[in-house]
Amino acid sequence: MAEMIKVGMADLKVCPPPNSITTLGLGSCVGIALYDPVTKIAGLAHVMLPDSTQIRNNENKAKFADTGIVELVNKMVISGANKRRLVAKIAGGAQMFAFSSSSKSDMVRVGERNVEATKKVLKSLNIRILAEDTGLNYGRTVEFYSETGDFVIKSVGKPIKTL
Amino acid sequence: MSKVNLDKIDSQYYDVLREIGNIGAGNATTALAQLLNMKLDMRVPKVDLVEFNKLAETVCGEEEIVVGIYLFLEEDVKGSMMFLLEEASAHALVNHLMGREVGYSQPFNEMDFSALQEIGNIITGAYLSSLSGLTGLFINASVPYMTLDMAGAILSVPAIEFGRLGDKALLIETEFGDDIEINGYFILIPDMESYDVILSSLGL
Repeated sequence: MAEMIKVGMADLKVCPPPNSITTLGLGSCVGIALYDPVTKIAGLAHVMLPDSTQIRNNENKAKFADTGIVELVNKMVISGANKRRLVAKIAGGAQMFAFSSSSKSDMVRVGERNVEATKKVLKSLNIRILAEDTGLNYGRTVEFYSETGDFVIKSVGKPIKTL
Repeated sequence: MSKVNLDKIDSQYYDVLREIGNIGAGNATTALAQLLNMKLDMRVPKVDLVEFNKLAETVCGEEEIVVGIYLFLEEDVKGSMMFLLEEASAHALVNHLMGREVGYSQPFNEMDFSALQEIGNIITGAYLSSLSGLTGLFINASVPYMTLDMAGAILSVPAIEFGRLGDKALLIETEFGDDIEINGYFILIPDMESYDVILSSLGL
């Protein structure tokens, strides 16, 4: 019986087949689904901030794009995934409020910076991004299905997307 | 170094923060009741130390659709404040203000959004002026920003802001309600130094 594994904010989990994995209400955070199409082992990270080296309190690896993605890869490899086969689908990084340019500059672009950092880390690990649904100004709930590799994105008042 | 350690916050601090939440929300409720010309009651607020991954589910569920109003605090108290209103409650308030019949639930139009923005202005303004009066501190608020979306997505904004400092957020959460069921939540998110400022202004 396949179950839906839930990943919280600043959290990451591995999803062995035939299960699926979800994170609810991504805003400026980024959801990174990694997948080994041969073993069908999937994983999902919900990162909040781009860079752990900029923050003093950085013990929680899942909170940051740089440490979170590396940690997810390690956990997936331990579960039997092959690192060289991993591919990625990403979503999130919205700007939820239309902050004026005079407000705190680091808050204004945090979604965008999370997406940039995510892409940079994936590139450095040689993980290809197959699809993305990022930016804009609305929240997203994502579900990744390990059997098919489908990445389903749900938003308020918008049709469901499958990447 | 901040005096307040959120992992070891003691019950006296909790009581003070709860009382601040209580008085602020009380004032906000009164202001809203005057605006709407109706009676509103407030429930006793909860003060919770919550991990980020439980933030939205503690408030109302990650996928619950809410109106979120967010503003930055400046001067003596720095940080941010968020006011969340459940979608059904937002409709009830707007219908009342616009003189529509109860139960009307077409998507909000531009007028409705500006009415909600004004409601948000009044509520957060009343909350902050009571905090300011209670502590004798000068608090300046930015213009409020508003959006309608999933609670989890909206709460990611203060969570990220607070997440630079730690893994937990202190929620001062207040609900108020009445015959036309209004569920709203205040979340006051001072930065760590501002906890000290608030508490020492009250002689702690």
